[in-house]
Amino acid sequence: MTRPGAPALPDGLVVFVKRECETCRMVAPLLAEFAATVYTQDDATFPDGIDATHDAGLSWSWHHNIETVPTLIRVVDGVEVERTVGWLRDDWQRITGIPTLGAALPVMRPGCGSMSVDPDLAPRLAAAFGGDVLKSRRLELAELDDEFEMMFDRGFTDGLPVVPPTEERVLRMLEGTHRDPQEIVAIVPPDLVPVTVEKVAVNAVMAGCKPEYLPWVLAAVEAVCTDEFNIHGVLATTMPVGPVIVCNGPGTRAIGMNGGGNALGQGNRANLTIGRAVQLVVRNVGGGRPGEVDRATHGNPGKISFCFAELETSSPWTSLAQSRGYDAHADTVTVFAGEGPRCIVDQKARTAEELATVFAACLRTLHNPKLIIAFDAILVVGPEHARVFAEAGWDRDRVLSELHARLQFPGSELVHGAGGIADGVPEHLRDAPALPKFRPEGILLVHAGGGAGLFSMMIGGWANGATGSQPVTWPVAYAGATAGATMNGAAG
Amino acid sequence: MSRVVLDPTGERSVPHRERLPRPASFDGHVIGLLDISKPRGDVFLDQLQLRLTEAGAQVRRYKKPTFTKPAPVDLRHEIATQCTLVIEALAD
Repeated sequence: MTRPGAPALPDGLVVFVKRECETCRMVAPLLAEFAATVYTQDDATFPDGIDATHDAGLSWSWHHNIETVPTLIRVVDGVEVERTVGWLRDDWQRITGIPTLGAALPVMRPGCGSMSVDPDLAPRLAAAFGGDVLKSRRLELAELDDEFEMMFDRGFTDGLPVVPPTEERVLRMLEGTHRDPQEIVAIVPPDLVPVTVEKVAVNAVMAGCKPEYLPWVLAAVEAVCTDEFNIHGVLATTMPVGPVIVCNGPGTRAIGMNGGGNALGQGNRANLTIGRAVQLVVRNVGGGRPGEVDRATHGNPGKISFCFAELETSSPWTSLAQSRGYDAHADTVTVFAGEGPRCIVDQKARTAEELATVFAACLRTLHNPKLIIAFDAILVVGPEHARVFAEAGWDRDRVLSELHARLQFPGSELVHGAGGIADGVPEHLRDAPALPKFRPEGILLVHAGGGAGLFSMMIGGWANGATGSQPVTWPVAYAGATAGATMNGAAG
Repeated sequence: MSRVVLDPTGERSVPHRERLPRPASFDGHVIGLLDISKPRGDVFLDQLQLRLTEAGAQVRRYKKPTFTKPAPVDLRHEIATQCTLVIEALAD
């Protein structure tokens, strides 16, 4: 019940009250009937005739997690053993040991909010009393400094303004996770710096996240910092790629993520700030900045943030996360080293076969029509296109197998120089009858987009496999258990 | 009231290292040639090895498993203990 560093409550009975609260005023006369230490929040003279301690700074209330007044606590040997909030006559009679206490009062009256949880005061109290849980270096602003300009000047931003990470905001952000602020989340390339939950929270504040997004940011940071994902290479490459984050699970709806209209675009705070926070961690903690280790020739706008939810509720298919071994109820992020999205337009196809054929024709052009196997892709199928497949009874596996079947090409079409294009496969593959554009697991099928529009999107990847970047799916961790516990043992 | 924000960086203090003086000759030096596994890096390094050997240098060759990741610790250790100079090839 108490917070670290709390001053010990005296043994016996302890009561927290404030004059403004009607229930407190109702029970005030009773406080003369038994010996108790009384803390009054808003008025040193309340309750009348009682020698109360004025908790003017609300330190007692904050440290002992008083959420409601009146609160009655019984303390034995410095340890709280019982607590009741508001007026519950049975509780008060039992805790005080006076069976007739307040017999004339109603059985029950709800209490009022403690001043220590007043939304206007709580963050200030958290910073004042809980600030020592934060270990980050404090940067003091001079009186005339503009905090937004200061964040730019120190190189902390991605080119857009960031929310200044004050102690209050970071403490509030940390309420979004059960994890210890000093727990090491990952080692962040390229500088290989250990990042704590606190540092992720600092960058999440800057990105504009709400506390409930923090578990998602933590999961995505963990995922991109795996050796498989290889954020070092994703960052250092001259290709225009960055982490594309696909979120799955009921939690995406709980935090208001967008998998529907404009899912890949602007306008949704969760989508944009989760992706941005991950990039800010890589920049600020890992030291991955453009022009330094980030050597991208062009980059792409998604390197500010590229994060969206799969539209699971209306999907005809199992989700991406399920295809990667997770339960439908698990909250997960899948990170993919991807470029910007491109549109596949087909407004005429009425059969699944026709649609698969146009998808394959577009997917073939990825990066270079003659380059094969080395790059994966995310295929984001819009609901109107998905309906065509669903009406034909094509499940996820069928769609993928039909696409792969249409993405086989003879070596003679792909060899160096063929078709007047210098790039291509080596000469010894000239006579190969069929070479695949993608490796078998190289197309990641996702259902997302608005209800109108016969469009889908493809997102090209970077060098795949053990020498490049592998897509990584990571569970979002909550108090008590992680979504990983529900992993069903299939490929992860 | 003073305003305070938290440092979002890793708060590293990077040690400053002086660059070694340019050697006057190859005498007594072992030169490591590190291929980062980019295509045709070996072509460049073959030529360098030829020229360095002609100049009397002792040359050893090394190769990273992939150009997309930093050299593994073991490889870095091997080079550091076996060589006095290193040339790394970035190529395409």
